[in-house]
Amino acid sequence: MIDKIFATPEAALADVPDGATVMIGGFGNAGMPSELIDCLIAQGAKELTVINNNAGNADAGLAALIGAGRVRKILCSFPRQADSWHFDKLYRAGKLELELVPQGTLAERIRAAGAGIGGFFTPTAFGTRLAEGKETRHINGRDYVLEHPIHADYALIKADRADRWGNLSYRKTARNFGPIMAAAAKCTVAQVRETVELGELDPESVVTPGIFVKRVVRLATLRKAP
Amino acid sequence: MKKLDRHQIAARVARDIPDGAYVNLGIGLPTLVANHIPKDREIVLHSENGILGLGPKPAAGTEDEDLIDAGKTPATALPGASYFHHADSFGMIRGGHIDICVLGAFQVAANGDIANWHTGEADAIPAVGGAMDLAAGAKQVFVTMEHLTKKGESKIVERCSYPLTGVRCVTRIYTDLAVIEVKADGLYLVEIVAEGLSFDELQRLNGVPLKYRAAA
Repeated sequence: MIDKIFATPEAALADVPDGATVMIGGFGNAGMPSELIDCLIAQGAKELTVINNNAGNADAGLAALIGAGRVRKILCSFPRQADSWHFDKLYRAGKLELELVPQGTLAERIRAAGAGIGGFFTPTAFGTRLAEGKETRHINGRDYVLEHPIHADYALIKADRADRWGNLSYRKTARNFGPIMAAAAKCTVAQVRETVELGELDPESVVTPGIFVKRVVRLATLRKAP
Repeated sequence: MKKLDRHQIAARVARDIPDGAYVNLGIGLPTLVANHIPKDREIVLHSENGILGLGPKPAAGTEDEDLIDAGKTPATALPGASYFHHADSFGMIRGGHIDICVLGAFQVAANGDIANWHTGEADAIPAVGGAMDLAAGAKQVFVTMEHLTKKGESKIVERCSYPLTGVRCVTRIYTDLAVIEVKADGLYLVEIVAEGLSFDELQRLNGVPLKYRAAA
């Protein structure tokens, strides 16, 4: 029998080793797996490489993980925010490596990893300093930059509903990076609002098929109406 | 001379967005364009975090933390809206499906290069977001900005001195002084929007020679 539902987030994250590459879903707070991140902080893994669109806001979630000194390197598109003080401080002190990636290139590199693509040519960033040192190619009258996939050991994502096979549905813009990160990591852990019996999720509404998900944890997250 | 304010610039941009267009509005002044779309036009707004059919701001008390826009502020979705993941969202942009994006800028060059993500200061924390994807991918790139810096220098230049966001991609520039079209052979004046500004005076303020616009 397949049962990917874990009783606690502690059990779902117990084996994350030091030095792991961890994708963390979410764009701002929408889709941010805050409870899993809190659990990862308590678990203690360090020297992590983290992939997220941002570098944390205020003192919670990813910002807290960074603030706790657990992150060695971050790949993201937009670290600078009015409230990214944990990132700013460590970055300026030279204690946190940054790989800045244009947002669409970040998404496509993650997608490529999950889809088994070895690299791709994108027009984004051609002629800019973010393409410096990268292979370029002129294809059908346009200039492109070679980019490579981003693989991860773990992906921590937030979805809305799941069944024991790991099928996931999302809610509104909280979907953002969830589906592509789920496919790009060796071990994807999804925190969900609700777990349901097999067959209760309409196959037409499953966005992430269970093949991409290893572990599911139901967490009663605070969410504002409606 | 009476320059346009931010809302007037936004309204001027909105006039040029045709019925049925798929449009991405950047953060800041570009976002204001949504307030000025003529009521008889149906425009579909794209927000790169994963919505087509972005609606107006929600009423106080009805915010939903799972429904935000690219500026990470609460949003609504109109009837007909759809949600999608980030790779699809940027596929729409890179794949040339977005008709118009509206971006702010530090500088635009006469050849359509745009600089809007980095001031070039050595200790600045860099952040790019989706600006390079939009610049490279949208069918038309409209730029909104004040025409002059606080020191009175033209932001329309021969070559950008700030780090580039994209090359040869800007199609139109909307400032508090004028609307300018970027063509292969140079910059064409579409319209002077500041009251009491002559072509000669605009030409003097602008960093690059302007031509009168050829018949559209």
